[in-house]
Amino acid sequence: MSEKKQVSAKEIINETDTQQRNEYFNQYVKDVTPKNSILGNTVKAFLVGGIICIIGQALTNYYIYMGADEDTGKLYTTITLVFLSVLLTGFGIYQKMAKFGGAGTLVPITGFANSVAAPAVEYKKEGQVFGIGCKIFTIAGPVILYGIFCSWVLGIIYYLLKLLGVV
Amino acid sequence: MTANGNNQTKMVGKQSILFQNAPYIIATASVAGKKESEGPLGSLFDIVNEDPMFGQNSWEEAESELMKEAAEKVIMKAGLANSDIRYLVGGDLLGQLIATSFGIAELKIPVLGIYGACSTMGEAMSIGAMLVDGGYADRVLAITSSHFAGAEKQFRFPLDYGNQRPYSATWTVTGSGAVIITGEDKKISNPAEADVVIKGITTGKIVDYGIKDSMNMGAAMAPAAFETIKQNLEDFGLQPSYYDRIITGDLGDVGSKILIDLLLEAGHDISKNHMDCGVEIFDKEKQDTHAGGSGCGCSAITFAGYIYRKLKTREWNRVLFLPTGALLSQVSFNEGKTVPGIAHAVMVEAK
Repeated sequence: MSEKKQVSAKEIINETDTQQRNEYFNQYVKDVTPKNSILGNTVKAFLVGGIICIIGQALTNYYIYMGADEDTGKLYTTITLVFLSVLLTGFGIYQKMAKFGGAGTLVPITGFANSVAAPAVEYKKEGQVFGIGCKIFTIAGPVILYGIFCSWVLGIIYYLLKLLGVV
Repeated sequence: MTANGNNQTKMVGKQSILFQNAPYIIATASVAGKKESEGPLGSLFDIVNEDPMFGQNSWEEAESELMKEAAEKVIMKAGLANSDIRYLVGGDLLGQLIATSFGIAELKIPVLGIYGACSTMGEAMSIGAMLVDGGYADRVLAITSSHFAGAEKQFRFPLDYGNQRPYSATWTVTGSGAVIITGEDKKISNPAEADVVIKGITTGKIVDYGIKDSMNMGAAMAPAAFETIKQNLEDFGLQPSYYDRIITGDLGDVGSKILIDLLLEAGHDISKNHMDCGVEIFDKEKQDTHAGGSGCGCSAITFAGYIYRKLKTREWNRVLFLPTGALLSQVSFNEGKTVPGIAHAVMVEAK
């Protein structure tokens, strides 16, 4: 059911079919709930995410300038960004950046580091094993699991294509 | 509305009670956190603790301490000892009522632990008044608490996790509110002040209009508030104008608008006398709380600190106090269930 028209409170109240009433109500709630500005959020995410990436690029350039080859330089960059993110998470600053930057802080590797560090801080009270150990990946866990799973599937596809001589 | 003959019944309509001897609320106490103290009601709370950990080691211990402070304070304000309290009826938001169990263990008072999500204060006061008017208790302490960080940890994300809250989201209040309900201690210390009584209650049903968004709890709870208010007016044969204020717990901006809309269509205009504790407790522009405050503590400290005072000074004479709760758990949410709502109405009046 795609309701395009505005639903009034009257229709919700007078509807006797529960499922239909719930549909009306959900539509009505959607209409009265203020929405975030997608454009504004996109701009902010672009800015914050872009700045993080510029820092990353600058770090890579610096490491290469210091004599690392490109792969090693990128590896050092990753390590540095993760370290900075964890540090900022610990000081409660990353959360504030994310509130402003949204996806701009979520998508880069710093977001991943934050999602691992934050539960570690929160669940420390519940112990090394049942707290940190069990709960450190509550947010990042799905990313790790399905990331590895996807690479496994892609690996098999690649292998099959190679056998068939396509690639 | 009147009881008939010797075979007296206190039941009214379908879901309500009119107390025979309306129990008195002789004292209230409120303990609040820093953010709450910076809000518009900040100066009205009895105790403000700026330390979010309340001198403890975990959020759970902090909320337990919060509740203990509120219980001790209300007993002190009533001039009573722990042993004078027949029952403590209370609850909180943490799993298996952690704050209630650990917070009041030391007080050595018989306890009835209850859960009604953020509607718990309404439930606690309802049960307390029933116990007193039924003759099962002389003094009952009704109490609830919530803690921002504890609730975030349990229902959402770790505090330091970077995410954005939608505009419809509410901010869990760090606070604990307590009241003492009694049948006999009618004495008032200051004759200029009114006695505050619980005249009746309307107990809510679980109402589910199919909302699945846990970040829009106002919308999920508004239908529950709507049905309980409608039932209260029907059961007692009243118009909304009977009440000086109809005060919901934590519907926030979004939920309040929905409630007013729904009731208006049902023929009850509450747009002039409706108030919401969640909307009152924070300044959403300055404090960045989005739709308003929420949590068991939200309606509890607003009642203890603000509403009770307004009744004492007779600024308001008749209030329908209606804490609202969203009965979701992280498990039910993950399993794709809707967010059921509940609302318990307590008719509080100045006498």
